[in-house]
Amino acid sequence: RDFNERCAQCSEVNWGLTDGGRFYCRSCHNVTERTREVVNTDFITNTRIQTISKGLRKQEKTDGGCEWYVCEGFQLVLKKQAEALEALGVCPQMKDEILCNFWRRYLQKSKQAYCKRPAGETVKALSVCDSSTDVDSEPERPSLLHFLSLSESDGDLQTDCSFVSSTSKVSESTSVCSGSVDGSLYLMKNQKEKLRMTMPMTLSFCYMALLWLREPMTLSDLLRFVVEGHIPYLNVFQHFPEQMKLCGLDLKIFCVESWPVYEEVYTKMLELAAFLDLPRFPDITDSCFLHPDMLCMKYLMEANLPDELHNWTCRVVKKIRIGEADFLTLVPGNKSTRKVKYDVLAAAVIVVVLKLLFLLDDHYEWLLSDFAEERNKNNKEDGPYFEFKKWYKVIKCSLDVEQKKMDEERAKYLWRCEKPLFYSAEKKSKVLKRRQMVVNLQNQFGKLSGSVLPAEKPNPSSFQLSWSEENADESCFHGHSLKGILQEKCGVLTAVNPDYWLCTVKLCNEKLCGHPAHYKEVDFPQSYHFVLRLFSFLLRIQPSYIHDEVCLIEHKLFNKKLCKKPKFNPGLRK
Amino acid sequence: SSHEHKLNFKKSKEVCLSYIQDAMLHKQWKRAAEFLTFYIESLEKDYSREYMGPSEIIWRIGTEILCHHSQSSMKEFNSFIEQMKTLGVKRFLKVCLEHTFHLLCNGLIDEAYQNLSLAESWRYGEQTAIQDKEMKLIQAYRGLLDYYSWSKQKNILLEHGQDGFEDLSVEQEMHSCFRKATVNLKEITKIPGVWDQFVKCYVDLLEFYGDHNEARQVLNEYAYNSKFPANPNAHVYLYQFLKRHGESKKSLISALKILHDVAPSHELMIDFNTMLQKSKKRKKRRLGLEVIFAALDYAGWKENVKAWSCLARQVKQIVISEKHLDWIKVEWNSRKDWWPAFHFSRYLAKRNWQENESLSYEKALVAGILLGKDCKYFKYVSHQGCKAQVKRFRILKKFVNKRNPVYLRISG
Repeated sequence: RDFNERCAQCSEVNWGLTDGGRFYCRSCHNVTERTREVVNTDFITNTRIQTISKGLRKQEKTDGGCEWYVCEGFQLVLKKQAEALEALGVCPQMKDEILCNFWRRYLQKSKQAYCKRPAGETVKALSVCDSSTDVDSEPERPSLLHFLSLSESDGDLQTDCSFVSSTSKVSESTSVCSGSVDGSLYLMKNQKEKLRMTMPMTLSFCYMALLWLREPMTLSDLLRFVVEGHIPYLNVFQHFPEQMKLCGLDLKIFCVESWPVYEEVYTKMLELAAFLDLPRFPDITDSCFLHPDMLCMKYLMEANLPDELHNWTCRVVKKIRIGEADFLTLVPGNKSTRKVKYDVLAAAVIVVVLKLLFLLDDHYEWLLSDFAEERNKNNKEDGPYFEFKKWYKVIKCSLDVEQKKMDEERAKYLWRCEKPLFYSAEKKSKVLKRRQMVVNLQNQFGKLSGSVLPAEKPNPSSFQLSWSEENADESCFHGHSLKGILQEKCGVLTAVNPDYWLCTVKLCNEKLCGHPAHYKEVDFPQSYHFVLRLFSFLLRIQPSYIHDEVCLIEHKLFNKKLCKKPKFNPGLRK
Repeated sequence: SSHEHKLNFKKSKEVCLSYIQDAMLHKQWKRAAEFLTFYIESLEKDYSREYMGPSEIIWRIGTEILCHHSQSSMKEFNSFIEQMKTLGVKRFLKVCLEHTFHLLCNGLIDEAYQNLSLAESWRYGEQTAIQDKEMKLIQAYRGLLDYYSWSKQKNILLEHGQDGFEDLSVEQEMHSCFRKATVNLKEITKIPGVWDQFVKCYVDLLEFYGDHNEARQVLNEYAYNSKFPANPNAHVYLYQFLKRHGESKKSLISALKILHDVAPSHELMIDFNTMLQKSKKRKKRRLGLEVIFAALDYAGWKENVKAWSCLARQVKQIVISEKHLDWIKVEWNSRKDWWPAFHFSRYLAKRNWQENESLSYEKALVAGILLGKDCKYFKYVSHQGCKAQVKRFRILKKFVNKRNPVYLRISG
């Protein structure tokens, strides 16, 4: 528009802009070398909108890189994650509609794009490796020392050349910069109000979208897939296009050096939902996978417990009304309702049911088991009664094996990838040399490892443990009967076990100490701990989280009794 | 046990390292190598604040694994070590040194020499000054290898000399090795430290070329300079040198005196006692008694016939002369509570008699003097000896019986 030169070929003044940002003559289609300069901030905003939707790359630089913004990076990450989820069987709607819209809404709300003018952001960001820029005179240049205090994860993302030492060369800031245009700004600003995007938060986005669509994937499933490598998260920047160069502070933003934590991802998801002003999520009804009745069924199968227990889980769910849509459905921003962790809830229900039927006080369950064993010995024609002892042995064996495998996998976990990272261009050759040496050494000792090849990524599966009734060794308990531990009273099936012990008599105030209860293994029966350990393994969370949920359920279940008697024995009749 | 479900880079490498260590302790080298492959990527992270970083850990663990793994070869090892050398500038010379040791242990002397020469010529700014100690060691070991070459040449020459051949080139080679060796060995022996091997070789070279003064000076420094750590061997070397050069008994004795103070159980104490017993000076003879008693305090000497015979001879001589019985009294005073059980039990009497008649003879003599004719040891051995009609035992029995009052005076 401001370009008034005559075209070299046809002498007309009729210019347009190509996708590459170059001027071309509309009359004779002669493309010039002149590119559109960045003039004002409004233009920048438009650029970003364009780059997000079309993936335009502007201003090729000498190293083949281009300008890119941090949110573009995250957008790419989300795209890759959504694709991976689709490959796992999630419906395509998730990627094309839900996640996309959530993301756009986020950009709008955080004023990074899709709005008139980003608040308070100047584009005089730290110049990216442009030695010609005189950075010393920049009034807005943030202090590099400030960045050092911001650390998202435990690990320092430093290469062998320590980042710390280079802060003394603050004036030579060209050595520390970021590949992205706004990397430094991104880290510097206090974005608490705006909910700054982080890598764990990408998973919060994914989970939120999954929840909206009520897909059959719990948060623990999602995080497990991430750790197993089916969903890009670690080293996701490998998938960035060539021109998007990462260096300097980008590393702090995009590199991950720890496994995502359930609590963190979950809490962020809630914050995010509120931030985006989302309405009530689609109802979780009893036909949804996430409904406790469904999840309990799944977990019972996975835990190799009798199908008959499902009746009991449903009864508990019904009694304390946690199967109702109003309870289960997420209403963002509503602080009064307790937020539901579907997987933990279902596991806790099963634990409560086991306590109801078997007491789990390290005595009674074995007693019941002995009776069942007697009966099974004498009666081989009718179906077997469930023997707790047998189940315990089978599960313990498998659990120990799986746990051992998992421990070894933790030791063998590889964090680095082919694509090397460097803080600045100066460090590049050193980093590359180091990487080469690492590869050489890995090969050398790999050969000495014997025939062991790196384990193939396990095929993604919803079930970690599976049991089959076709096995001759009778290690599948799905079809076993609970008859031995049940009795009929007034037409209703109840447990033979008359007692119950509460995990805690009084719940803690969550606001004060963060948890409704505090679990210590030594304070509880070993059978109880074993059951917690089992579900802790399946869900990949601490036993204490399940214990918390168990406490809450118990308090709902025995609410009346608890309220009635102020002085109170932990053992009580149902 | 609570299994954490969290994991970060640092923790996972810690866990990995514990698996490696566990495998190594169980000598499962394949498994150790396997886990090491997963540990190696920690080289790509900065651990500059840690006491021992991954590069050092990998160097040490990798070395262990390659030493023991059945499929590893010298070639593999060398290639690995070359990479380790580039990893840590601050450790460069140390790695070179240890590489050298490894090569030497595998008999690759020429390679070791080359390695040391290369290391010697290494320069790296201020690191060269910082790693000065390692450099000195490298030079010293190269000197040692030069000595080794010199020694080989020398032996060749001696053989040829016997056959009547002359070999000029070998001689020249030998002299050149000598020059190279002495330069470096001289340097290291100047620095306070324990340099037994270097000193020995250096002195050997000096003696061969007739520079006895320098040799004596080096040995004196090594033994007497208080800056050097106390080292019994220093005195042994000095003593041996003095003996070789026929020095006076006085200087020999003074060299061994310190050895006695520092290492009373040293094997040279027999020589020492022998020298001292023969001395005309009373003080020296007194010292001799002290020396031999002190030596026999140690379990390693219990069955040493020579030592017992020295003690027996001296004790006998004192008893016969009836002079200086108080010497024996003093020495016996601190020992009378435990020597009987330690040396003169009935069990030992039986055993000594069965296994070593001479030993039992000498011991019986000493026991008879110190504990009297009625002591278990003497009674048993002399009885056995007389029964077996061994002449000297009869003489012994007579002697002790006659001298029994002496025992009373000693024990009183």
